[in-house]
Amino acid sequence: MYGKGLRPLSIATVAMLALSLSLVFFYAPLDADQGFIQKIFYLHVPLAIVALVGFVVGGVFAIAHLRSGNRKWDAYSYVAIHMSVIFGVAVLITGAIWAKASWGHWWVWDEPTLVSFLIVFLMYATYYPFRYAIEDPERQARYASVFAIAAGAFVPLNFMAVRMAESLVHPRTFATANGGLPAEMMLTFLCSLAAMALLWTTLVKFELTAKSASGQVKRLRRALDAPVPGSGSRIAPEVS
Amino acid sequence: MTGRADTRGAVSVTPSRVAFAAILAKDLRSELRTLQSLPAMALFAVTTFVVFRFGLDRTSLSGSLASGVLWATLLFAAVLGINRLFVAEREEGGFDAIRLAPIDRSVLFAAKAAALLVYLLALEAIAVPIFALFFLDSAAGLGPLLAVLLLADLGLAATGTLISSMAVNSRARDLLVPLVLLPLVVPLMIAATGATEPLLAAGGPAYDRFGTWLAVLGLYDLIFGLVGYAVFDFLLED
Repeated sequence: MYGKGLRPLSIATVAMLALSLSLVFFYAPLDADQGFIQKIFYLHVPLAIVALVGFVVGGVFAIAHLRSGNRKWDAYSYVAIHMSVIFGVAVLITGAIWAKASWGHWWVWDEPTLVSFLIVFLMYATYYPFRYAIEDPERQARYASVFAIAAGAFVPLNFMAVRMAESLVHPRTFATANGGLPAEMMLTFLCSLAAMALLWTTLVKFELTAKSASGQVKRLRRALDAPVPGSGSRIAPEVS
Repeated sequence: MTGRADTRGAVSVTPSRVAFAAILAKDLRSELRTLQSLPAMALFAVTTFVVFRFGLDRTSLSGSLASGVLWATLLFAAVLGINRLFVAEREEGGFDAIRLAPIDRSVLFAAKAAALLVYLLALEAIAVPIFALFFLDSAAGLGPLLAVLLLADLGLAATGTLISSMAVNSRARDLLVPLVLLPLVVPLMIAATGATEPLLAAGGPAYDRFGTWLAVLGLYDLIFGLVGYAVFDFLLED
């Protein structure tokens, strides 16, 4: 049942990605200062925005889990955070490439957005050992939800604190505020953002579908008294 | 702390204030008798100062170095106490007793956070004067530092209680507190060191953006106080 609508969603995602990439390479003007390397902006920034929103969405799913007691929401929360962590790795890598090309260093401590993203990423990286350390599945789901809620509240707070710390010593020279973008760049950026959001949603849906299918197979095997190969991941929640 | 049956046989709930005072008094009394956490925290802090003295090869500190050494030490010493905060509850069946008692469960969060706050203040009452004695040229910045310490302790108490109560019920409990707590308190440390740095500056205390940093600390305390209070119920269910 999780597979419903997966095909049109995937097709829409591929089409949107193709559209946004062609806009990036053939439509958006070259940046006057940074030249071609600036195009990584259309990959890096949407990835970062989607990952951060995904973290907060994971927190919202966790609230739904605690309020309703339905384990389905815990699986949603887990998959949302999982996907956002993967996106987060891509954000850090693309960010490092961009930083090397335009500032000359792989990592720049003066740039508040970089530092706050790293802290948020490290925070969510502890989600896995945290889940893994709790054995009882029901308690694991509850604790993971509490973690997701606390971490979701932490994301905006962290960005504020880091930004304030840096503005003391370093003016924000590389502001990526969208207000300063020319119309062509803005359009391309929005298309890329939509494509990344679609990609995230599709991947989340794929993983939920896969989890639900493997759960069903396991239940069927058990019902048939067939051997259940490999008990699967011990941290990932099962979907019914 | 047991609920009293009134004339109609209904059980009345113990007022939260009474339950809070009882749990807090129990914690402080058992800490006073066993001395499990505080001496270790204080000793750890003092030893860490000595390590920093040789690690940095400085005999006096000021500005950002002073505030960094002070806060890193206090944070790691706090982790020791936070690790042990719920150990008695788990080992002696205190969680079951709290679940059985006719009290609002969030009271346990408030009381434990208050107990942790007392530990942290006691730790700082020992560690900060020793820090000043070891490294500082003048003690002029210590007065306003009290406000920073108090606000940062409130935030540490809220997040520490929340994480500790989860970690103690897991397999890897001693591992989990530092792992999860440290990234969570990074904003707190940014604000605390930001406020402390000008206070301990070489030329006497300054107050660059002191109020702003205190406001950030207050906001952090408020948010994590509310989050902890709201979600703590779910951690006690079983």
